[in-house]
This record gives sequence, structure tokens and C-alpha cells, in this order.
Amino acid sequence: MNKVESLDKNLAAAKTKKPKVKNKKESSLWIMYLPALAFIFIFIVFPFISGLRISFTDWDGFSQTMNFVGLDQYTRMFSDPTTWLVAGNTLLYGVGSTFFQMTIGLLYAMLLVQSIKMKAITRTIVYLPVIISPLIMGYIWYFMFAYQGGAINDLVMALGFERMNLLNNPSLNPWIIVFINTYQFVGISMIIFLAGLQSISKEYYEAARMDGASKLAQFKNITIPLLMPSITINVVLNIIGGLKLFDVIIALTGGGPGNASQSMSTFMYTLYFDRQDAGYAATQGVLMVALILVITVTAVIYLRRKEVEA
Amino acid sequence: MKTISRKQRIVLNTLAALISILHIIPLYILITTAFKAPGDFSSMWALPEQISFENFVTAWERADLGLALFNSATITFFAAVLLIVCGSLAAYPLARRQTKLNKFVYIFFIAIMIVPPLTVLVPLYQMVVDWGLMNTRSVAVFNNVAAFLSMTIFLYAGFIRATIPKELEEAAKIDGAGTLTIFFKIVFPLLKPITATVLIISCVYIWNDFQFAIFFLQDSSVQTLTVALNSFFGENTSNLSLVAAASLIALLPMTILFLVLQRFFIEGLSQGSIK
Repeated sequence: MNKVESLDKNLAAAKTKKPKVKNKKESSLWIMYLPALAFIFIFIVFPFISGLRISFTDWDGFSQTMNFVGLDQYTRMFSDPTTWLVAGNTLLYGVGSTFFQMTIGLLYAMLLVQSIKMKAITRTIVYLPVIISPLIMGYIWYFMFAYQGGAINDLVMALGFERMNLLNNPSLNPWIIVFINTYQFVGISMIIFLAGLQSISKEYYEAARMDGASKLAQFKNITIPLLMPSITINVVLNIIGGLKLFDVIIALTGGGPGNASQSMSTFMYTLYFDRQDAGYAATQGVLMVALILVITVTAVIYLRRKEVEA
Repeated sequence: MKTISRKQRIVLNTLAALISILHIIPLYILITTAFKAPGDFSSMWALPEQISFENFVTAWERADLGLALFNSATITFFAAVLLIVCGSLAAYPLARRQTKLNKFVYIFFIAIMIVPPLTVLVPLYQMVVDWGLMNTRSVAVFNNVAAFLSMTIFLYAGFIRATIPKELEEAAKIDGAGTLTIFFKIVFPLLKPITATVLIISCVYIWNDFQFAIFFLQDSSVQTLTVALNSFFGENTSNLSLVAAASLIALLPMTILFLVLQRFFIEGLSQGSIK
């Protein structure tokens, strides 16, 4: 009896001991992500937290002192009409370019998934702008849109019309930015949709055809539901990219005329460097993170639900 | 889908050709503009009367593009190396051990992707000045690593989960190898395909970085290509041929890299998106 008991004890001890050793070894693995965490904390998390603090001050960006002003910058922000203009533009850049990139990207993918000769070269050409710096992309389109000697105005005048001042039009400029962003990044949407389309088994379409389903019905009931994961990743990538838009605006319009094409990123840049209004710039930054967070999370939750339904 | 008829094939090929032409127009304009001799004021649509390299020579000298190329290349190289080492190291335990802590840390890394770089600008600027890192190439390296690390971890973790068999490490563990040895000797070599993808995507991203560079690299001795171009464009809005030539020089290295290694771009993007 005693023997058995001690054996039991030993066994129990071994049982509890073994996982312990394993746990110890496994838990030491966190050392591997320490360097990455250090980078993120030093260059993103800490600055972000002190940005929150600065948003409650009237700091000018270079003085040694800053005054705590409570919620003043926030009330200023919400009563500033420029805030809403700029936030509206930022939404347009995020949601507008996402819509165009995905619609056109899907159409291109459906064409270029076919086995045709032009497939490879067209894919390369559509994708090429993705690797070009958005700053240079802004210059390239400046060559197109410029008033004096611009390529589009050359065409317009050759056709006998008056040349147009395309880059000095407050209501047109934000759309020009959306257009360029779409042109540049439609390649990413196309590639993601191509991968998605290629992963759909052809049997689904054959079965649907035998049941006499129309092309449109096939698209609605097979293609779209099975593309849902590609749609989700596309929405997230494009919305985040569009909401952060900066380089192309600096290159093409500088946010102008006035603030007409300013995004939240370029607006913060102007506030900080041109107007020494660092406290207010930080407050705008807080609003921007809140905006991106709300939009991205809403989109992801909505699309995940659709994915489950599909 | 059933095979398409000859007639359909012609229609589809024409459509693809039209798309290609539409998309290449801006690049065509860039090239014709860059190669025109300084006195050639013909329309941007017209090919140059004779191909001239004068704009390239002038732009190279006046914008100090040689130095800018060197700065961009150095920053890109060191940031990419740091990204690959830190990113793959971090992704390994996160992909392998589904503990509560690891799940949380992984979600934290992914969530960081949402924070726009410019919202940390104001305090970051102050910190960089305090630490004496202003106008150093190091600060550009660190910022780019921090900004692209989440994406790197995401790509590595997905790849490790999908392709690296667990038995491999267990076998190595029996031999008594330590975790880091296992990682560098056994796991890392197997990550080659995704490392290629990360390398290429991050190189393009860092090479094209403007948001950080414009704030932290204002001194002409540390300027990267984007910063040099930005001030060069400001000085030469009336001489677009010069700007075109400078832009062409700046985008050439990444374009060549892309055309040679296209496969890895596409595969990386597709892999990340199917999961």
C-alpha cells in the first residue's frame, strides 16, 4: 500500500513537474519579441502617449515651457470649420479611393484571370506604379495637369478648347487626389483579387451553369461570397492607406488652394511647421487616430460577419 | 470556366491592351519630358527631337543626387536588415505558441498598423532633438523599422503557421539545441521565400519614405532622394524637364528591382491575402 502510494506521489509529481519545465522553456521565448516591442514602444507608443499630453497644452513646438490649457484645444478643434473640411477630405481619400480601387481592381482581375496573351504584360504595367514613390507620382501627374505646358491642356487646346486651370479648383482638387491615389494603388487590389479568383474552384461555376444560372447570378452568388476574404483585406489596406494620405498631396497641391485638398496628415504638418501650433497639431492627431480606429474597426467587424455568412 | 472562343479572345486582348496604354501614359509623359533637350518646348506628347541626357547631368549635379542615392541606399539597407532580424524573431514565438500573452502581443503588433505615422510626429520630433539624433541617418533607420515592423511580423507569422512543421523543432530539441540555435540554424533558412518578399516590399517602402525623412533629415548632407527631390521640385517648377529627369533617376533602382523580382512581390501579397 505504502509503495503504491509513494509511486502515485512520484507519478503526480512527475506529471506536475514535466509541464512546468516545458512552460519555463516556452515562456522564455518572449525574449524573441523583445527587440520588436522595444522599437514599437520607443518610436510609436511613447511618442503617442506624450502626444496625448501635448494635445492638452498650448505648446508652440520649440519653447522649453508649455502651458496646460485643459480642453481648450479640443473645443477649438470642434468649432474650427477647417477641422471638418479636412476631416471630410480625409474620409473622401479613404473611402473614395477604396471604392474606386476595389471596383476597378476587381474588373481588371476578372479580365486578367482569363488565359489571354496580354495578361502578363498588362498585370505588370498596372502594378508598376505601386512601387513608385507617391511623391514622384504627384510630380508625374503635375506634368499631366499643369496649366502651362501640361499634357492634358495640350490635348484640350489641340481640340480647340480653352485651357483649364485644373489644379486651382477647390472642388475638383480632392477628386484629382482620389484619382491619382486610385491610379497608383489599383494594382494591389487587382493582385489580391486575382489570388482570390484563382482560389475559387471551377466546379462551382460548372454546377451553376448546369442549373441554368445567368452570368450575373453566378457573379452574385459564387464570385462575391467566395471573394469575401480578399474583399476584407482590400478594404483594410486601402482605407488605412487612403486615410493616411500625405506625399501625393504635398507634391501636387500642397493642400491647396487654401485648405481645399488638405488631408489630416498634411494639415498637421502645416500646423506644426508653418504655424508653430504644436499643441493644436497634436489635438488633430488624436482626432485622426480616433477616426481611423472607428472606421477600420467598423469595416472589419461588418466584413467578418459577411465572411461568416458566406 | 469553359475555354473562350477566338472572337472573345480578340476582344479581351484588345481590352487589356487599352488598359495597358491608359496606365502607361503618365510614365510615357515622364520619359519624353526627361529626355528633351533644354531648348525643346514641344508638347509633352511628342517624342524628343533628339534624345538628350543633359537634364540628367544637370539634375544630378544641382540636386546632389549622388549623395542622396547613397543616403537612401544606406538607410534602406540597414532598416531592411533590422526589420528581417527583429521581425522574424518576433513572429516565431507568436506563430508557434498560442498562449494568452502571445495572442495579446500579436494583436497589439497588428493594431499598431492603424496608428498614422504623422500623429506621433510632434512628440517624436522633440524626442529626436533631445537625443541628438536630428539629421542622422540612424533616426531614419529606426523610424522606418518601427513603422514597417507590424507588417513584417504579420507576413512572417502567417508563413510560419502555414509551412514550418512543428516536428522539426521537436527533433532539434531532443538533440539538445537551444531555442535561438534552433531558430537561426533550422527555422530561419526555411523562411527564405517570405524573407525575399519582406525584403522587397520593405525596400520599396523605405526607399520611398518621405513623411519621416522630410522632418528628420533636413540637412543637405543626410538628405534622401525624396527630400532632395522635394526641394529640387520647389526650385524648378518652371523647368519640368529637370524635375522629370531627377524623378526618373530616383525611381530607377526600385523599378529594376521590381521587374527582376516581380514574382516575390506578387506572391507575398497573395499569400498575405488568402489567409
